[in-house]
Amino acid sequence: MPSRSASNIRLADQCFSVLIMACAAFVTITLIWVLGDIVIKGASHITWSFITSEPSDAGRSGGIGTILVSTLLILCVALGAAIPIGLGVAVWLSEFTVQHSRFSNTVGTTLDVLAGIPSIVYGLFGNAFFSLYLGLGFSILSGGLTLACMILPIFIRTCESGLSAVNNDWRKGAQALGMSRSAAIWHVLLPAAAPAIIAGLILGIGRATAETAALIFTSGYVDRMPGSLLDSGRALAVHIYDLSMNVTGGDNAAYASAFVLITLIILLNTTAQSLIDRWFSQRIYAS
Amino acid sequence: MAKASTRSNRTDTYLSRILGAMGLLCALLLVLVVFFLLKEAWPVVQSGGWLRFFHAQGWYPLEQLFGMLPMIWASIAMALGAILLALPIGVASALFLLFYAPPSVAKIYRLLLNLLAGIPSVVFGLWGLTELVPIIATWHAPGTSLLAAILVLTLMIIPTVALTSVAALSAVPKELHAGAQALGLTRKTRIMSVIIPAAKAGIISGALLATARALGETMAVLMVAGNVVQTPSSLFDPVRALTANIALEMAYAMSDHRASLFAAGLLLTLIVWGLALIASRIVKSNGKVLAYAK
Repeated sequence: MPSRSASNIRLADQCFSVLIMACAAFVTITLIWVLGDIVIKGASHITWSFITSEPSDAGRSGGIGTILVSTLLILCVALGAAIPIGLGVAVWLSEFTVQHSRFSNTVGTTLDVLAGIPSIVYGLFGNAFFSLYLGLGFSILSGGLTLACMILPIFIRTCESGLSAVNNDWRKGAQALGMSRSAAIWHVLLPAAAPAIIAGLILGIGRATAETAALIFTSGYVDRMPGSLLDSGRALAVHIYDLSMNVTGGDNAAYASAFVLITLIILLNTTAQSLIDRWFSQRIYAS
Repeated sequence: MAKASTRSNRTDTYLSRILGAMGLLCALLLVLVVFFLLKEAWPVVQSGGWLRFFHAQGWYPLEQLFGMLPMIWASIAMALGAILLALPIGVASALFLLFYAPPSVAKIYRLLLNLLAGIPSVVFGLWGLTELVPIIATWHAPGTSLLAAILVLTLMIIPTVALTSVAALSAVPKELHAGAQALGLTRKTRIMSVIIPAAKAGIISGALLATARALGETMAVLMVAGNVVQTPSSLFDPVRALTANIALEMAYAMSDHRASLFAAGLLLTLIVWGLALIASRIVKSNGKVLAYAK
């Protein structure tokens, strides 16, 4: 091409590089803007009494103690239901079914379809099924179970991909040692798939803790201390929504709650990671 | 020894049955979700047919008018705007991560993208309402608008676009890179004319998944879009998305009103499934496996 000189081509190449760098810088700066905003406006309102005391005056003053308790209870219910079922189905899909048999394919497709349902629709379902049909009402239990349905597909898929990625030699080795399938799964395959299980768990915890839309009509708005799992309890994310939309003058408390929410998510993620690390590394060497 | 092995075989059989039952339970969950959505939406579908949602003059629940069209347009406008902005930025992020950033920077940048993906939508909403909306309001009141929703959604789906693009771009065979380099092409030409075309299917299906996410997003949109039921005519119009409408009105909706909110949920689910189906078709027809992106 005689009309385009080499310097022109080099110029276009450099412009392109600058454009790419600019996009990356834009994403970084925006993230810092969002996080910095939360930290600066939120951290200044965090005191010990804010974290432990009950909210008063619709959340404008007081703290988030009861809301933290409800949030953790909802999370416990969700994980308590999702982890055993999720691990079970993942093991079943990867170890007990013939790969690509019709039944396992059906279950797999079902999971993908479930993963695509928007969270507000899970809220509608939870309201109709857990709250009304099963008569659980607006309660921590129905909120937690709704979240369990929501995080189950992604948790199963990540665990399953981790299990299928385990080298077949491990299965054959376990068989050669005369281990039963159950023993091989428990002592060899699950520990070997631990990184994927952790990843699935972290994704699930992140989703469940951040979720708002699915909880508004299932676990409700009540900000008192829950007496049992059948009481309504307000999750932290719902609290932030309520403070910023429905309560004038609630912005400071909303920012402080947002700061706590993000800290909580990071804290839960690291705890999950270290717990599972320790648990699995003990079993794979000691047994 | 023989006894021990029969016992363990029996454990295996029981385990297999229990786990199979769990798998069945998961498959049933989908049936349950669809059944309950249909059951709750049925009264209004039966009494006026699906078409009333599209024919009715606007959304006036008290007068039994359930026209969803303005909100459908609003939802589509938001998702479309968001993906139009997020696609170039997300793909550029992926290119930066793979071809421009030194390894240490790339590691940090990937961490940042994951961090961005982990920020709860309600926090994006809070930030949008207190930081973004006032800025938009200085150009054009009231600030809570289609534009605010588009910008917040863009931020929320950039990680999805970027991470799926990374997966698609890094699946491009080494030979193509080497061939392009051997031809003496510049980095820009290599990327634009060789690598991106090779990864096109993965990038597009990732973008479709991100669009689906934007359509299904509730809280952030609810907080920054202004929630006035109207067909958007400019970027600065306050609008109400289909999802936001459900969240706003479920608390007090009764009978037909409640049923039409469930119908809206059903409609939303169908659109999202449609997008996911197209995405998986695109990937399948290209014979490439997209890493789990959501």
